[in-house]
Amino acid sequence: MVSPVAVDKGESPEPQLFDCRDAYAKTLEDIAGQDSRVSVVISDSLSSAKMKDFKARFPERFVNVGIAEQNMVGVGSGLANGGMIPYLCAASCFLTARAMEQVKVDLAYSRANVRICGMSSGMAYGQLGPTHHSIEDVAWTRILPNMTVIVPADPIETEQVMRYSLDHVGPMFLRISRIPVRKVHPDNYKFVLGKAAVLREGGDLTIIANGVVVSRALDAADMLAAKGIQVRVLNMSTVKPLDRESIVRAARETHGIVTAEEALTAGGLGGAVAEVLALEHPAPMRMVGVPDTFAPTGTAEFLLDYFGISAEGIAGAALDLVRHEA
Amino acid sequence: MAVSVGRSLHRLQRRLFSTSCAYLCIVDKNVWNDARPSVLCEKHHPALRISQSSNAKTMDRSEFEQLETWENKAAWLSAQANWIRLSAMTMTHHAKLGHTGGDLSSADILATLYLGRVLRVDPENPQWAIRDRFVMSKGHCSGAFYSTLAQRGFFSLDQLKTFMAPLSMLNGHPDKNKLAGVEANTGPLGHGLPIAVGMALAARMRNESWRVFVLVGDGELQEGSNWEAAMCAQQYNLENLTVIVDCNGIQQGDFTESTIRMEPLADRWSSFGFAVKEIDGHDHLALLSAFASLPLESGQPSCIIARTIKGKGVSFAEGKPAWHHGVPTREQLELAGKELGVEVEW
Repeated sequence: MVSPVAVDKGESPEPQLFDCRDAYAKTLEDIAGQDSRVSVVISDSLSSAKMKDFKARFPERFVNVGIAEQNMVGVGSGLANGGMIPYLCAASCFLTARAMEQVKVDLAYSRANVRICGMSSGMAYGQLGPTHHSIEDVAWTRILPNMTVIVPADPIETEQVMRYSLDHVGPMFLRISRIPVRKVHPDNYKFVLGKAAVLREGGDLTIIANGVVVSRALDAADMLAAKGIQVRVLNMSTVKPLDRESIVRAARETHGIVTAEEALTAGGLGGAVAEVLALEHPAPMRMVGVPDTFAPTGTAEFLLDYFGISAEGIAGAALDLVRHEA
Repeated sequence: MAVSVGRSLHRLQRRLFSTSCAYLCIVDKNVWNDARPSVLCEKHHPALRISQSSNAKTMDRSEFEQLETWENKAAWLSAQANWIRLSAMTMTHHAKLGHTGGDLSSADILATLYLGRVLRVDPENPQWAIRDRFVMSKGHCSGAFYSTLAQRGFFSLDQLKTFMAPLSMLNGHPDKNKLAGVEANTGPLGHGLPIAVGMALAARMRNESWRVFVLVGDGELQEGSNWEAAMCAQQYNLENLTVIVDCNGIQQGDFTESTIRMEPLADRWSSFGFAVKEIDGHDHLALLSAFASLPLESGQPSCIIARTIKGKGVSFAEGKPAWHHGVPTREQLELAGKELGVEVEW
């Protein structure tokens, strides 16, 4: 139940779905081949972080600290001090939450050149329950000074972000999902830090989404178009630094904004967009995402539908906005 | 009001730009810009009223190497450590904040590492890629640490007078982005050893021979992250890593023994795969000898348990938990100076 509306223009009526971890892992190997400073730290997360091939190719630049996330983040900071560019690859729920003080002090406050790759973020581990959900990670990392936060939408953008990360200076949080997604970007897409990609033009409303929700936002735009509502769709993959200009332009040029994300809206993309609107250009708004609750159990697809983080849910929020505000 | 602030700023700027310490500014420029004009004045920065030509004793930095016998070197280091002690207490006295007990217990270790030329570092080139790394994991003992770095030449002795003042580069806890010579931002305990393990792994990945030293407190070892890092150091056979425990037996609230017992500490480190040596942490010959014999065992990380006395060298502070973050009065500072054989300079 990824997409109720087939928008893929290829030969197959069913769009091909991808696990973004494949693009991240393959690109990480590529850049490690280019630059001997690239190194990987995992916390017993060899399979979940898809690092078996990296370990085989670059064993001397591969560290497994075991089940010890606090040490993992400190080790990353130390590797950066020693001139390496470490990628810390582990389940986002443990990597961010368990080691939050290390992320704050050893990475953000220290401006350490470290990349946190939070795998299986959001509700990807749906059936495993709230201990394994990572719906808080966007809010937690976004509020840290010096931290860059990126939530790529598809395998093409994931590869682009990984390539970009090699030259970035400072700590980054990269939120990598395992929920299958279709491609939403053309093959020649070029990721630019802090710039939202306009995936669809429209003058009535704007949907701002990121991560695995972007394809759902595009489907919602199709549904709304069928009702005569033309929607602009922005992929706000960089949550920090936020593309304030695109947000304010959308507020000026369209009649309202719907944010959509697979995370807590409080402090997440919804919160970030609301901060900009409140201060710079107040506009009618709806937030689609996880409300102030821990999620029940169920597959990721079930949970996305359950919270209305679906094409229907996003379209419904847009219609509600039109009905009450426009 | 505006005029007087403007004049103060002008005077301050003249002083800042005439400093001989070219690679460092004495005041933090990396602050929220809007805050700077209103607070950057001498009213909030009393230390800056003191002339830049301080009466602080400038020591010949090659002096240690010129001393011929180890006994003479140890005696010289002992004098240096006492200067560090009184410098830290003077900073704490003026700032009305600081961690006297740990400053005094760690002074001999710091003096030996930096002034006894154990660490291969270059104050003229603090980012020298293959320098030895020292991580001050017990970052609250910044008074002793900053005094040592200044004495080693990383920044001017005068800069010590800005300790904890508004916009000072000398935070209560060290910030590597503000101060040359600081390798890691520490303060919350249990952060230094994991970072040091990462550094030691980096040296290995880069096929470089520099070494990593980290100073932890015994109370600090109650943080579990230390033991995560210790297991990792063992797994990767990090013989380029040395943990030094400033084992003074007292933590903030009480004696370590009455809080969470850390003994048998040597056995604990051994069981985590470290080669361990226990020494008197105030005996400079023992410190020099231990550092000269690193790694203690080939293929193993080393742990030097330095048995120390919290408040060492100052009668009213020795062995007293209350002096963990005690602030000396002027009279106490003068008395400490007499006991340490060091003149109070400011």
